[in-house]
Amino acid sequence: MIRKSNGPAITENDMTPMIDVTFQLITFFMFVLNFSEAEQDERIQLPSSQLAKPAEGVVEAPITMQLMANGGVLYAGEIVPVDDIGGSLQRERDIILAADKDPKRATVIVRADGRANSGDVQRVIQICQELGFQQFALRALYKPD
Amino acid sequence: MRPTLPRRRLEKVAVNMTPMIDVVFQLMIFFMLTFNIIAPEGDFDVRMPLGKSSKEPLDELQLPPIQVRLASGDDGVLSGISMNGEPVADFLDLRQRVARFFDVAIESGASPGDVELEIDCDYELDYINIIDTITAVSGRIEDGQLIEMIKKISFVPLKQTP
Repeated sequence: MIRKSNGPAITENDMTPMIDVTFQLITFFMFVLNFSEAEQDERIQLPSSQLAKPAEGVVEAPITMQLMANGGVLYAGEIVPVDDIGGSLQRERDIILAADKDPKRATVIVRADGRANSGDVQRVIQICQELGFQQFALRALYKPD
Repeated sequence: MRPTLPRRRLEKVAVNMTPMIDVVFQLMIFFMLTFNIIAPEGDFDVRMPLGKSSKEPLDELQLPPIQVRLASGDDGVLSGISMNGEPVADFLDLRQRVARFFDVAIESGASPGDVELEIDCDYELDYINIIDTITAVSGRIEDGQLIEMIKKISFVPLKQTP
């Protein structure tokens, strides 16, 4: 028996569900995209606290000091010994003064690893104080219980 | 009689979806590559001008700062806590003691900003203990409400370097 040929069949895929899902994904990624320039480094494991307040508004002239567990300060992508950080901070101070701002109002954000020596953190704060900085923000992971 | 318009055959307009799907996929790849999970971080704001320590003479009406001593054992592990010379069991105990001190000070007419605390710790002590101490003394949560306690926190000047 010879079957009657219907010719090549054209199958039309319904693309609507795929486009729906794709748009849902794009919307999700757009919502979770973080444009903030958070200086986070995976080499530093911050201690956590339930009382650390998320920063409100914009911090004026922030200077971030990242202390690693081995004692170095991660600054501008380089690891600097704690006692040598004064030169970099002096430059920061000069930039603040050149911008007609007061170093006393600048905030030094201390992002220190939980395993770093407390003394190293204090040493960094002391160097900052000697250069006229007064406002410090000790950063921790916010973990509400 | 109304003139009859010539009947047009309905034609199926095939929209070319390919460029749109291309762009959509490009966008998705961009968002997927730039996606990074950032853990929420918070700050403890501390104002520390140079040279402020308990060694300076106090005003007549000024409360003496609470002294918290953190001793370090081997490898930076916390080996002991004391508050104003009295041993403290742990950070929970420290919080309760500070809360009692703070409440008495407020009942005596002091303002929350008048109560100061000074942390004296060994150089090698792990920094996590400083954050735990600040967490214990800066506030307490009662019935889901945060009750702020000490805002003025400072460090005793370093005595030794490694």
